[in-house]
Order: sequence, then structure tokens, then C-alpha cells
Amino acid sequence: MNIYAENILEHFRNPRNCGEMQGATVDHREENIECGDDLQLFLKIEDGKIEDVKWGGKGCAISQASMSILSEELIGMSEIHAEKMTKEDIYELLGVPIGPRRFKCALIGFHTLQNALLKAHGKYLQSWVKTMDN
Amino acid sequence: MNTSGIRAQFPIFKDNSLVYLDSAATAQKPQCVIDAEKSFYENENASVKRGMYKLAERATEEFESAREKVRSFIGAKSANEIVFTKSATESINLVAKSYGEKFLKKEDTVLLSILEHHSNIVPWMQLKERIGINIEWVHLKNGELDMEELKSKLEKFSPKLLAITCASNVTGVVTSYKEITDLAHDVGAKVVLDAAQLVPHREINIQDIDCDFLVFSGHKVYGPTGIGVLYGKEELLEDMPAFLGGGSMIQEVTEDGFTETHLPDKFEAGTPPIAQAIGLGVAIDWISDIGWEAIEKHEEELRKYAYQKLSELPFITFMDPAVRGPRSAVRSIGCLSFVTNGIHPHDLTEYLGSKGICLRAGHHCAQPLHKYLGHTASTRMSLGIYNSKEDIDKMCEAISEAYKFFLGENAIKSTTSK
Repeated sequence: MNIYAENILEHFRNPRNCGEMQGATVDHREENIECGDDLQLFLKIEDGKIEDVKWGGKGCAISQASMSILSEELIGMSEIHAEKMTKEDIYELLGVPIGPRRFKCALIGFHTLQNALLKAHGKYLQSWVKTMDN
Repeated sequence: MNTSGIRAQFPIFKDNSLVYLDSAATAQKPQCVIDAEKSFYENENASVKRGMYKLAERATEEFESAREKVRSFIGAKSANEIVFTKSATESINLVAKSYGEKFLKKEDTVLLSILEHHSNIVPWMQLKERIGINIEWVHLKNGELDMEELKSKLEKFSPKLLAITCASNVTGVVTSYKEITDLAHDVGAKVVLDAAQLVPHREINIQDIDCDFLVFSGHKVYGPTGIGVLYGKEELLEDMPAFLGGGSMIQEVTEDGFTETHLPDKFEAGTPPIAQAIGLGVAIDWISDIGWEAIEKHEEELRKYAYQKLSELPFITFMDPAVRGPRSAVRSIGCLSFVTNGIHPHDLTEYLGSKGICLRAGHHCAQPLHKYLGHTASTRMSLGIYNSKEDIDKMCEAISEAYKFFLGENAIKSTTSK
């Protein structure tokens, strides 16, 4: 039950940066059909820097908290830095043990981010397998 | 029913704190079933239908005696009508591939119900991909299969085959499988019944139902994993080509080809699940000793109790809005699915799991049904013979705790005051 640490529950109950964005540089949506998780991410990118983040969707406490925590981290981050993030960075941000049952919950926000960044540059989207390799 | 006496026969419940409410996924195993498998490997292990030695003869006898037990359990006419597979899923695949490819043709209709588990959907979709059959669906009315829709689709599409569950693995509703079989036969359609969910809870009599095929798995009926059953009317099985090719299913193999052997070996290529079949036979003896009347009475009492206790939680919505309260005439097995407003089923069951309370979360391999009922995922409580009211109480208490844990103390108050 260490997975539901206070910071996770706090972000789940009071998610940050929720909402839609007018004039976003890119928006992207990912679903995890297996659980019914559904996330939409909006990024405003200017001069290679993520100026603003908004997101919406539904899912479990882990997926919602993970996206909320990640959204705070992303604002002000350079695009290059964001592209280079790995799943370990996400696990570190969450600070709780993520087992094999819940890794997709923990990483759906990260997966959505990776594909939003690819989409912003007109590149092909990547699969979960690739996201996991990051 | 003496639940504690029953529980004492299941070694897994030596852990007193275990609350197992996921028997629709797989049932726990009584000691006698575990012993039967172990004893086979310790005393009788040999390949069946081959060796000329005593050990092989005994293994074959035991294996065939298990088949006879299954025959008698479901009231089939002949042991030739009982095919051992690895699962109910494989049994359905066998029918879809062997019967489907030989007797169905492009644009023939197969009628399914929205209650089906993926294992009774995907094999037919694969058949559609291979030979171009048409798939039609029957939906629900007040939680039960809509019999008017069924009748009108039988008339409109003249389906060649119906593949219908006997009981939903999500809502627990028991379908009118006997009436459906009769209606289907009136238009000349064959009927495949998925009895995986029903068999652990109700007596099945093939002669009474008169379905053409019926499948179930061993592990849901307190038997081992790795063993499934296909019942098929002998004349149909006779006319069907073998499913898998290999040893045991042939009469003769030459450089030019092969001929198939007799029933039921024709459908049992390769070394079969021998110990598992024997274990299933013992599970059948065990369940028969308890008796259907006692099982039904106990489980129905628990189902009503669970329904009532869950209904008292203000933040729970049952998956199936046609709720089955104590006075409902709708027949159900002890399987209830629900959503907790504001908490994802995976979070809820993770929390419950940490307290030793085992419930299933997700779509329970029934995505079309979830979509139809307007949910992506749910939490499912399903009962077995060993459950008690205490299990239900512990579950409900933990669900309330989880609600406070995830949404905060105030959340429960605001829900209650609504």
C-alpha cells in the first residue's frame, strides 16, 4: 500500500493544471483500453521551451497523480529535456514503488507526453514498447 | 450449510484472513482435488492410451473414468460426446474452427449475446475474418437478454448458429438458455452454450436443454486449471474434422496423408491433461456430494445479502441497472459488478487486496458488455461455496474505508447527504 503515499493521494484529490488550452502548440490523447484510462494533454511550446501544460481525463489514482506531478515538472522545462526523460525519471518523481500491475497507470501520462512531443514535430507516434525503452 | 466445515477442506483458507471473492475468475481447490493430482503423479503417472504395461493401463482407466464422471455430471448420452480440452476457451475455438469452417459459409449469420465473455466472441470474429460469416447481437432488456430482439433476429437473419452464455460473468444474470435453444432449433440453428459460469452453481442436464454444444472449464468448478470440457452431440462431432493435428487423433499416417481416429480421441491430439482430468473428476464427485440444493440455497442467500449490503453504500452503482434485489424474479448466480463513484476499480481492488480481500477489477473480458452498459471498468464480487456473510461484511467495511482513504473523510459525508 506504499503505492498510495500522501503526495499521490493529494495530487489525485487536487490535480494540478487540469483543463483545456486555447492555442496549444500540440494536443494529444492516449487511452489505456485495458483499464479505461483516458488522458488528453495540451502543450504550449515557445522557442524550445514548454511554457504551459494543461491536461484532462479519467483514470485511477496513480495515472491521475502521475500526470498531475509530471505537469508541474514540465512547465518551464526545455523540450529537449522533456524528450530525454525516461520512465525512471517518472518513477523518481512519484517516489512510490511501481510494480508490474501498475506500470501502465504510472506511465500513461509520460507516454502521452512523448507522443505529444513527437506529434509537435510531425513525427510518427511511438508504441508503449518504445516508451518503456526510454 | 456448514461453511466452516467446507472452508476447512480448502488448504488456502488456512490463512484465516483471506477473503476470496473472485471465484468467477477461478475457484479455490479442495484438498481432495489437490491430493488426486498429486497421487496420480506419485502412483499412476504414465501416458494414456499407449503403453502395454500395467501403469499405463491404470492411467488410461483413471482418465476415462474422469470422462465418464463428466458425462454423468452433465447428463450426456455417451462418453464419446465428452472431449477434454485445456479450457472452455479452447472448447469454443474447437467448435468455431472445426464445425464453423466445415458447416458455415460466407454470409451465414452467427448470433451472439452482449453478455458474452471475449472467449465466446473472438473465435467467431476470427471465423468471420477467415470465411466471411455475419455476426449479429442480442442485447438486454431489464438486465436479461431481450427475448423479443432474439426472436426478431432469429426470424430476420435465420442464423445458422447461436453462441450464448448460460450466465454472465459480469452481472451474474442467468440466461433462458433452454428456451433460447428451443427457439434456435425452431429455425434450424445450432446452439453453443458457454456454461463456464453456470456449472459451479447450478445443475446442468444436457438431455433437458438439448443444446448442440456446451463448454465449461475445470478450474471454475473447484477442479484444476488446464482442463476444459467440450460436450457435442455425437452425430455432430462425428461429422466434424479434427481440430489440432498430432498424436492420438489419427488412425493411420502415411507419406501421403492421414486418416482420423474415432471419437473422442479425434479431438484430443497430443498428450492430454491427464492429472487435470482426474482432478476434475474428483471435483465433480466432491460437488455432487454437497448437493445442488444446498449449494444453490447457500449461494442465493449470500448473493442477496451481498446485494443488500452493497446497496447500503451510497457511492456504489451496480453495473446492471436492472438491480436484482431480494424480490427480483431475475435468476442470477452470485456475481455482482459495480462501480464506486470517484474511485477507479483498480485503486479499489488494490486497496482491498492489501487487506487480503480479493476482488476482480477491469472489464472482466467482457468489453462489449461494459461499453453497452456505459462503463469502461468495474469491480466484481463473485461467490463460491466457501464464502460466508462475514466475507461480505469485511468487503463492505473495506470498501467504505477505501472511499475515505482515496477521497478524504468529507467525501463520504457529502455523498451520504445527497
